[in-house]
Amino acid sequence: MPYAHAIRAIGHRVIDAVWRLGKAARFFFFTLKYSSNSFRRFHLIVKELFSTGVLSLIIIIVAGLFVGMVLGLQGYETLKRYGSESALGSMVALSLVRELGPVMAALLFASRAGSAMTAEIGLMKATEQISAMEMMAVNPIARIVAPRFWAGVISMPLLAAMFSAAGIFGGYFVGVVQIGVDEGSFWSQMQAAVDFRDDIMNGVIKSIVFGTVVTIIALFEGYDAPPTAEGVSGATTRTVVTSSLAILMLDFVLTSIMFKGN
Amino acid sequence: MSSSAVVEIRDLHFAYDKRAILKGINMTFHKGKVIAIMGLSGCGKTTLLRHIGGVLKPTKGYVKIGGQVIHELDQAGLYAMRRKMGMLFQFGALFTDMSVYDNVAFQMREHTDLPEELIHDLVLMKLHAVGLRGTQHLMPSELSGGMARRVALARTVALDPMLIMYDEPFAGLDPISLSVVGDLIRRLNDALGATSVVVTHDVQESLKIVDYIYFMENGVIVAEGSPDEIRASGKAFVHQFVHGEMDGPVPFHYPGGDYRQDMNLRA
Repeated sequence: MPYAHAIRAIGHRVIDAVWRLGKAARFFFFTLKYSSNSFRRFHLIVKELFSTGVLSLIIIIVAGLFVGMVLGLQGYETLKRYGSESALGSMVALSLVRELGPVMAALLFASRAGSAMTAEIGLMKATEQISAMEMMAVNPIARIVAPRFWAGVISMPLLAAMFSAAGIFGGYFVGVVQIGVDEGSFWSQMQAAVDFRDDIMNGVIKSIVFGTVVTIIALFEGYDAPPTAEGVSGATTRTVVTSSLAILMLDFVLTSIMFKGN
Repeated sequence: MSSSAVVEIRDLHFAYDKRAILKGINMTFHKGKVIAIMGLSGCGKTTLLRHIGGVLKPTKGYVKIGGQVIHELDQAGLYAMRRKMGMLFQFGALFTDMSVYDNVAFQMREHTDLPEELIHDLVLMKLHAVGLRGTQHLMPSELSGGMARRVALARTVALDPMLIMYDEPFAGLDPISLSVVGDLIRRLNDALGATSVVVTHDVQESLKIVDYIYFMENGVIVAEGSPDEIRASGKAFVHQFVHGEMDGPVPFHYPGGDYRQDMNLRA
């Protein structure tokens, strides 16, 4: 059978993927189950908020600024054709708050904080730190995984908000300061067009979902990584690739649910 | 189980898939003793240690600690048992994001409600016992291999365990650090009235500090006895291992095909 080998290989891959998905779901369940300890000792989450959130701030703000500047330029060029330059503020703000803020911040978060989480936990496993913790009768999911998970979930919407704020400032700088769009109409149109519940809250929900997915993928890949140099590097790559694809797919699903007909 | 037996291992079998690793191990560790488990790499020593720690479940037989069969305990029971145990990993396994002080204080903070002032005093006492009180503010990356092993030892005995396990404690140490760690294993065991199990390759250092030795090969015990009995053993495997000889029952070459054939040579 010439195709037997290929069919077997495909079957093996599918079974492996389903098996890993089940393992990841079980890991997520145990992370939630053992989360109470993290909230009782909130300083553990605060410590992780610094490394996942605060240390990601610079890249988020810089990226947000440039994305906003590009939006300002491109938006102005498009709106000018229809004589609607004054709507630049609302276009920049809606693009960022609804879409680019949560998505871009999540992609950057996956590359910076997600990969760091995977590498850190993978190396902890490779150097037997996780085994040592288990032998000390301390549950590693409760002590290592859960605080990092909640730090990711909490910091993601905050980072997305920072991204959007920096982007709006970038759009303002290019549109108003450089090109000369009227400042009053830039801000007033933005204020009139952006709805708190439909736009901002939906963006916040998106970023919470992205934060949950990216963080659990990063933690699972690190925890499940083979304890070798190759294993950790492979897990880090998988974190970035899987998270990025998950963000983009989930973004479509969430957008179609949230903004259908709006 | 005799009254002083802390650990009792009976007819212990374990296999990864169909590959048998342990094939009927019987051992008894008495209170206050330091026991060495020796053998070649891959003979099942670390697997045995993992059974004692409750990490692996046997396919047959049992490990009994303090009268309780380890693999029959639920997670809460196993964690309660592990609080009475300490384990020193091969390269220390110190938590790299914590200082030396926080590493030693880790279990005290996790498992007790002791005030921070008392934890401070206890941590310094443990570090003083291993001669490293002055390193309390250092990070693990700032320690040498021998120092890291001693800090890990202080962390291992932080809660005064009744059973201390050592996985290759002498690996990669210079001769001075090796003697220091060996001496500490003996002294800490005697001071705590604990029982210690040392998995090691280092024959000469082990013979100096242990009370009893088990030799393993291919998942079975091939020799056992006191250090003097082991030194005087006439068994070919033990003699080759203790004296580090090239010639003996343990071959130099890993089994392979015909050498001439592999080299594409014709007779």
